[in-house]
Amino acid sequence: MLELIPQDHNHEGKLYVPVWAYYDACGNIKPLALRLGDQNFIIDRILDVRPGASRKAGGCGIRYLCRIREQRFALYLEEDRWFMES
Amino acid sequence: MHADMNSFYAAVECMHRPAERALPLAVGGDAERRHGIILAKNEYAKRYGIKTAEALWQARQKCPQLCIVPPDYPLYMRYSALARKIYASYTPKTESFGLDECWLDLSDRHMDFRRAARLAEEIHLRIINELGVTVSVGVSWNKVFAKLGSDLSKPDGTVVITPGNYRERIWPLPVGDLLYVGRATERKLRHAGIKSIGDLARCPSRWLKERLGKVGLMLQAFARGEDRSEVSMSDDPEVIKSIGNSVTTPRDLIRDEEVKLVYFALAESVAARLREQGLTSSCISISLRDSRLCSASHQRALSRPTDLTMEILDEVMALYEEHFQERGPVRSLGIKASKLQPADPEQLNFMPDRARREQYARIDRTVDGLRRRFGYAAVRRAYLLKDELGRLDAKGSHVIAPVPFIKGGETICSN
Ligand SMILES: [Mg+2]
Repeated sequence: MLELIPQDHNHEGKLYVPVWAYYDACGNIKPLALRLGDQNFIIDRILDVRPGASRKAGGCGIRYLCRIREQRFALYLEEDRWFMES
Repeated sequence: MHADMNSFYAAVECMHRPAERALPLAVGGDAERRHGIILAKNEYAKRYGIKTAEALWQARQKCPQLCIVPPDYPLYMRYSALARKIYASYTPKTESFGLDECWLDLSDRHMDFRRAARLAEEIHLRIINELGVTVSVGVSWNKVFAKLGSDLSKPDGTVVITPGNYRERIWPLPVGDLLYVGRATERKLRHAGIKSIGDLARCPSRWLKERLGKVGLMLQAFARGEDRSEVSMSDDPEVIKSIGNSVTTPRDLIRDEEVKLVYFALAESVAARLREQGLTSSCISISLRDSRLCSASHQRALSRPTDLTMEILDEVMALYEEHFQERGPVRSLGIKASKLQPADPEQLNFMPDRARREQYARIDRTVDGLRRRFGYAAVRRAYLLKDELGRLDAKGSHVIAPVPFIKGGETICSN
């Protein structure tokens, strides 16, 4: 019989993460911190915000280019969930 | 400008499934059931000769390792909305056609083909960067050539059709590629030796008029690049002279049964909205557009006004049976109730079939009440349970835009 492949969970390349975010009075959203495993990380700076797609993770949304300590990475807001490439 | 996202469902699935991206992949409807068909396929699947609308078992025979995934319409609608948002940032004049296609009117005083080509390239890049899927874009001075241009630029890219190059680019294409040429018309034209769009453009007008009537002349005008139709703004405000509802279906509808199913859902919602407003209608029209953009609408005056679901349904089915026997795969359809007047409860008493109408009215009232309290899904016609399409809440989110009815009930598609 046909095997149906399950849709849209974490898979190789895509990691949904818990995020603390700040909503300003206009509805703009800014991620402040995120949780990886059992550790929380403060986002030191947001370097860039624009709509973007990640082919590696397989998804699109608002792409936040973030810096945590000296590390740069992209955090994506996909509807109402956050993911990053893994 | 016409933008068309390529193999849309399959492209979105591939985007979201990095692991399956490099494999032959197809989106299959009703995969659990035996009559499932291929709705879309990616490039790798295409190489195995997999065709849209063929049965899943056939596709499996051609390519045993084919990865078939179920359709995820909410995801496709999200991508479609994101794309429309990008288009709308260039012009308020956009006209969606299905989930994956859209016309944009970019004309203004300063527009020329070089600027339009640059914008096309920009939109093309933005869709790739922001959505991760590819789009083909056709640029021209009319809608018909713009669409042909986006066909020409498949699988990915932009093509500009100008008054200087349309004879080389457009005229060699088969006449069946031309928008509004339905199957019946194509057969007639081919029979007369008109095979390419150029043949149609060059053939004597008088002959066309004799064979095909006004439609023939109109098609010839299209072939010559004389299409003057406007990009209709999707969110044109509609005056309440009529209550209508139309949907662009999540996939092309091929079987008669499927089309009727959607008309059922639409009839229910139009009737419910009439009752909501305390109105009755004495003229029902239905419209249909197929994937060739052959579009037509037909109407029918009723002997007496009604707001009863069953009566409206009967009219709609009769219109469908009468006018839409020959059609291509259906993209969108609509129902409109016009000649509105306030509902008059007294009227019922004098009608000969009073008992039956009262029964219908009682059922409608009960259903309306249940839906008000428990939501649309609380009660459904048994007929609508047969297919996922029946679950389309015609009053809710699937309604994309009021498809403009063609004026005066004129049929564009000759058949
Ligand atoms: Mg397409």
